[in-house]
Amino acid sequence: MTLDTNLKHVETGAALTELINSTENVMVCCGRMGPMCMPVYGSMEELQNSGDYNNVQFADMLFDIPEAAIIRDLPECASFRGLPFVVYYKNGKVAKATTSIQSKDQVTTNLSEVL
Amino acid sequence: MSNYDVIILGGGPAGLAAGIYLSRGKQSVLILDQGMVGGQVILTHAVANYPGLPELSGYKLASEMKKQAEEFGCEIKGNEKLISFNFQGKEKIVTTKSGEFSSKAVIIAVGGQPRKLGLESEAKFQGLGISYCATCDGDFFTGEDIVVVGGGNSALEEAVSLTKFAKTVTIIHQFDHFQAYTHAIKDAEYNSKISFIMESDIVEFTGEQSLTGVNIRHKKDGAITKLNAAGAFIFIGYVPSSELFKECVSLSDRQEILTDQDMATDVPGVFAAGDVRQKKFRQITTAVSDGTIAALAVMDYLNDPDPDKI
Repeated sequence: MTLDTNLKHVETGAALTELINSTENVMVCCGRMGPMCMPVYGSMEELQNSGDYNNVQFADMLFDIPEAAIIRDLPECASFRGLPFVVYYKNGKVAKATTSIQSKDQVTTNLSEVL
Repeated sequence: MSNYDVIILGGGPAGLAAGIYLSRGKQSVLILDQGMVGGQVILTHAVANYPGLPELSGYKLASEMKKQAEEFGCEIKGNEKLISFNFQGKEKIVTTKSGEFSSKAVIIAVGGQPRKLGLESEAKFQGLGISYCATCDGDFFTGEDIVVVGGGNSALEEAVSLTKFAKTVTIIHQFDHFQAYTHAIKDAEYNSKISFIMESDIVEFTGEQSLTGVNIRHKKDGAITKLNAAGAFIFIGYVPSSELFKECVSLSDRQEILTDQDMATDVPGVFAAGDVRQKKFRQITTAVSDGTIAALAVMDYLNDPDPDKI
């Protein structure tokens, strides 16, 4: 079961681990097909298609699958209470995490800041 | 610069309805939206009163409207940050982050955005206990005490829906009465998990990593009380997103764009539709109505742009 986006779908914890260990910059949006999440997926798709962020792998993960515990249980997300959880990885480590809806400008700023 | 017959600013129900009518009328149309196309309706869990359709999600309804507009030839761009406008001449210029666009007429249908309390601590706890979407975030508060701020239909209906998750829901409202429909008030009053604190405001959200409580000021005596709350859902209405246009068209004292019955503003060739304009009732259907009227008025204008005849 995956999200209805044009992003790379991560379905297991092992797949996410492999992705962040094999790719320098990874942005993962962990959410549902809900109104606070979809604008973030939309921004990620536009950034992905723009060609300006070819050094970043944009991905999503369904929040409710058990395997998403790899994101839900991150210490950086411990206090989060709003979807989506967005995690930016650099060289296999969490560089930043955000909760709740984010605009395209905020996502772009985060990418510039951490990647 | 790309040229169109009509540029529509805003891709909610008003903008999409206008886009459908205009593109079906063989006008070249560009819809620009600063966020996700669909507008506020995508935040609505279920739309049960849109004529002719069974109950469906707001996202689904908006998606169908968008698809219909595109099928008629409407060009739609989301996440397009609006920078500036020149509406004075016959050619209307819209500058966005990605470039300049021109048209013979413009419809402003940028809608509104959820009104916030404006407290410093409110921004701090967004996503960390404060939410504006019960459907999205309600289950994070399973078995916990939460508050809902507001006294309209959204506040009361969402408070009832949140009782599926929360242990208790306290509705905090600034007046001594609600502005909601009777059935919504009754549903909330009959729910054993819901209690009410009337004639009161939240003055501070408190907590460390996440929200743990709110400080409430009672308006009659100014007394401050503390209430434990892991979550706060804020439904205090919407504000028109008219800030960008205050130098271009006339606004009311509530910052709503003033229009005539044909949705025309005081600038020839510039129209406004939906929640951004001054009106009493704000529903999906009224936004669609506004968009339709604006589109038909624009077609009249394009046929005869002499402002004296509009």
